[in-house]
Amino acid sequence: MQASGAYILLESLKREGVDTLFGYPGGAVIDIYDELPKHPDIKHVLVRHEQAAVHAADGYARASGKVGACLVTSGPGATNTVTGIAAANADSIPLVVITGQVPTGLIGNDAFQEVDIVGITRPCTKHNFLVKRVEDLAPTIRQAFYLAKSGRPGPVLIDLPKDVQQAVTEFEWPEDVSMRSYNPNYKPHINQLKRVAKAITKSKRPALLCGGGVIMSDASGILTELARKLKIPVACTLMGLGGFPATDPLFLGMVGMHGSYAANMALNHTDLLICVGARFDDRVTGKLSAFAPNAEIAHIDIDPTSIRKNVEVQIPVVGDCRLALEGILEICETKFADQDWAKDREEWLKETTEWKESKPLVYQTGDKIKPQQVVEAVRELTRGDAIIATEVGQHQMWVAQYYSFTKPRTLLTSGGLGAMGYGFPAAIGAQMAYPDKMVIVFAGDGSIQMNIQELATAVANKLPVKAIILNNGHLGMVRQWQELFYNKNYSSTNMEAQPDFVKLAEAYGAEGYRIEKPEDLLPELEKALSTPNPAFIDIRVEREENVYPIVPAGAALDEMLLV
Amino acid sequence: MQRHVISVLVENEPGALSRVVGLFSGRGFNIDSLNVAPTLDEKVSHMTITTYGDNIIMEQIMKQLHKIVPVIKVMEFTDQAAVEREMMFVKVQAEGPARGEILRTVEIFRCKVVDVSHNEMTIEATGDYEKLEAILSLLRRFGIKEVARTGSVAMGRSRKGD
Repeated sequence: MQASGAYILLESLKREGVDTLFGYPGGAVIDIYDELPKHPDIKHVLVRHEQAAVHAADGYARASGKVGACLVTSGPGATNTVTGIAAANADSIPLVVITGQVPTGLIGNDAFQEVDIVGITRPCTKHNFLVKRVEDLAPTIRQAFYLAKSGRPGPVLIDLPKDVQQAVTEFEWPEDVSMRSYNPNYKPHINQLKRVAKAITKSKRPALLCGGGVIMSDASGILTELARKLKIPVACTLMGLGGFPATDPLFLGMVGMHGSYAANMALNHTDLLICVGARFDDRVTGKLSAFAPNAEIAHIDIDPTSIRKNVEVQIPVVGDCRLALEGILEICETKFADQDWAKDREEWLKETTEWKESKPLVYQTGDKIKPQQVVEAVRELTRGDAIIATEVGQHQMWVAQYYSFTKPRTLLTSGGLGAMGYGFPAAIGAQMAYPDKMVIVFAGDGSIQMNIQELATAVANKLPVKAIILNNGHLGMVRQWQELFYNKNYSSTNMEAQPDFVKLAEAYGAEGYRIEKPEDLLPELEKALSTPNPAFIDIRVEREENVYPIVPAGAALDEMLLV
Repeated sequence: MQRHVISVLVENEPGALSRVVGLFSGRGFNIDSLNVAPTLDEKVSHMTITTYGDNIIMEQIMKQLHKIVPVIKVMEFTDQAAVEREMMFVKVQAEGPARGEILRTVEIFRCKVVDVSHNEMTIEATGDYEKLEAILSLLRRFGIKEVARTGSVAMGRSRKGD
């Protein structure tokens, strides 16, 4: 069948399972938008800023496990996607980003709305393509989706010149995709699994560190089973939250800069750290030379570059987290069937439980609403059954600490890049994936304003996303650092001239709520969360509340400040 | 830190070189020299990269190169297992008695004079890294005007029969 590039693109997206496309039109993609109404299987969500299109596709991907897709025009449309792409890249989120490009004959001429987006995004994509011939389009899309979702997932960009969209060729869908230079290794080496199993049997104080890879590889079931059967306590990275139920007695909490006392102490005292799908980010390890000083480290990761990048590893396991954990548990249950795990761990679990009980996460209540209180109230009202997105900053850490995530894919947060402006569009993307689920974004009064225009997208698409703004009138995380580490020099962190978020929500056609008193918190929240419309919930919280514990930058994990 | 020679086979497509070079600059790895040329298979280019780093850095470089999607194969050569050569031109000041001395040096190192004027000579030299460094150090006292080097190319040695 003869077809245009625009047709081939949309038909190929459909064949790759895309049902939702986040996008924004412009001159260099007008041919695709011209074709779009003829493809009713693809629901297009018109965002209000291209950055939000990528974050929304990212939120869709994280919540659903599918590949997120978005479409923007050339030049400024393309450059606006860069933050979204970098955020997805840092957190290994599968995306396909399609950018329009000026016609091939004009490329390199500084044409109107031309940028070299392939050059710009080369270091922040898993891979990217410039399609110069329409014959290459279908195979390129096939490869892009394959790359995005296989191995260590990541964003892939396809730059599509306008004349290629218009050109006509015979449409042939390539059923198979193979690339001689790209063969991700899923199956871990059996000898390495045996080594991990053996180390587990010998260890007196083992600990599991659950990272985002557990969620990506759908390994939370097997991780939970393994931890419970072998009696190994579990700490999660920010990206790993939800990979192991926070309500389980073996759960230690989040690890790292704002990690729990128990999790950080456990990493400091463990003799065997089994790291599953985490990459030892500096926010996780603290001072590297003092990280897990007593431990042999086993590191399971699909990406060989993650292993021995930051931390010396004694037992490297390259492969899929789920397959690796299945293999390890099987070896432990067959070869070491006689081992009395409960007895072996008795002393260690007593110790970790003591850490949890002696120094739990705490905050003082008072006449002002405490932000931690809000997170706990939302947790109570949603019974932990909502999809929670966050922006970046103090509120993000309070959500990580206090929401007690129990299921994978329920926390959407920009962990690696830490991109303010991520959460609200990500919540919109997640709501598109799950129209019937409760989707809530926690934001600060600073970060909500980074993509506040997306309220129009939520209203236009009747998406009942709830934005809870923990409003302290500050850029709180920076203010906290200024207080603790910069002699209280509060430079540019007091947010003056904040808008009235209630009126603003109403101006967009959404609902606005304001909560100021602790006693109003639960009833007002319940009311606000039950509306079928999108809503901003402006909660005036204690202005100078800090996130604790905190490990100062460059300090070891056991040097945390508790209050 | 030790010098390492890495050979990379990469799909011959636009941007492939930039992906490799961008990896080194983006992650703060050194490139001492870089040579890129086609292979027998027109769809594949061969890069030879020389770099400095300890074992941990080298492990990362090798893994990161592998991770680049169009990279087909990455090999690191140790001294014994590979032949390595580089070519260079040296334009050297050559007047009066110096001319004779330069020619003798050229002969000892089996170089060639490829261009000559009343006060300069351009010498073509081929050899491994150490040899070229030795030639440069000997010619330096005559006054080197210009140097152009190809960067190393390397190839694994064939396995010797028993």
